[in-house]
Amino acid sequence: MNRRARLSVFGLGAAGLAVLFALALAGMPDFGTSDHPYRDLAVPAAVAHDTANVVSSVNFDQRALDTLGEEVILLSAVVGATALLRPTPHETQRPPAPGGRVLDGTILMAYLLLPLTTLIGLDVVVHGHLTPGGGFQGGVVLATALHLLYLAGRYESLARLRPLDWYVWVEGSSAASFAGIGLVGLGLGSGFLANVAPHGSFQNLLSAGTVPILNVVTGGAVAGGAVVLLAQFLNQALGTTPQAAQKSAG
Amino acid sequence: MSAALIVVALTLVAIGGATVVFTTDPARQAVTLSVFGLLLTLLFFVLQAPDVALSQLVVGAALVPLMVMLTVRKINQRSR
Repeated sequence: MNRRARLSVFGLGAAGLAVLFALALAGMPDFGTSDHPYRDLAVPAAVAHDTANVVSSVNFDQRALDTLGEEVILLSAVVGATALLRPTPHETQRPPAPGGRVLDGTILMAYLLLPLTTLIGLDVVVHGHLTPGGGFQGGVVLATALHLLYLAGRYESLARLRPLDWYVWVEGSSAASFAGIGLVGLGLGSGFLANVAPHGSFQNLLSAGTVPILNVVTGGAVAGGAVVLLAQFLNQALGTTPQAAQKSAG
Repeated sequence: MSAALIVVALTLVAIGGATVVFTTDPARQAVTLSVFGLLLTLLFFVLQAPDVALSQLVVGAALVPLMVMLTVRKINQRSR
């Protein structure tokens, strides 16, 4: 196919997309009005289950099945990246070279922020059903907190604080627990991932039934997944040398 | 007031996105991508979506740029 034919195919596709996009935009409700049919259904449903954060209620109660799907997507992404990034026979593992000079201020900030970020991550996970946040956001914050050690130039202490097997197990077992909690609902006759736990009292830490439990489980799965994923990248970038480069060097 | 804030945030996102596209060196692109992630966070926050803003902050401003940087480092190592 020559350039002209390719361009005309692209032009046809772009014109079709433009027409459909314009039609879709014309049919949309106006920006910033108070007409929200979905909100009118979601908010009472969240309040009925004593969940203060409606977004969490949608994610972990009303549409918990979608979140299970997302968790499986994350799990498959981590498994895929781990399989792709594992050191091949053509690469040699080496202890990471001690990095260049790190500014004292950077080291200080990293050590100051490590406990703080961990605390914020835990807080975001645990209060996901009350305030903005939840298992996903908190999980990534927890994973990032650990990598402040890398910023401080201490890849060795990061590697020591990160027994990778544990995180693999946390990731896998947390994702499995999510499905397990769903099956409990099915077993009790309410349906898969139904909110079967006692609802507690509105706006308290112990409220919203299964929502905080699923948040904690998701936090574990996401934190474990992100750490395992970043570990593959770090290992490839810092811990392995391709054979070809070694030959040319030696 | 809030409409003005939305316009400002949208403009910043447009400028940030263009900057990412026109940054040619991938190592520098990781940095502009991180700033773009922060601007998107601001937009989501202004649009009253704090949950999404938090996700965008941790993924778009921290996690993805770090992965890009590590990948660039690995590729440079190989070509050397």
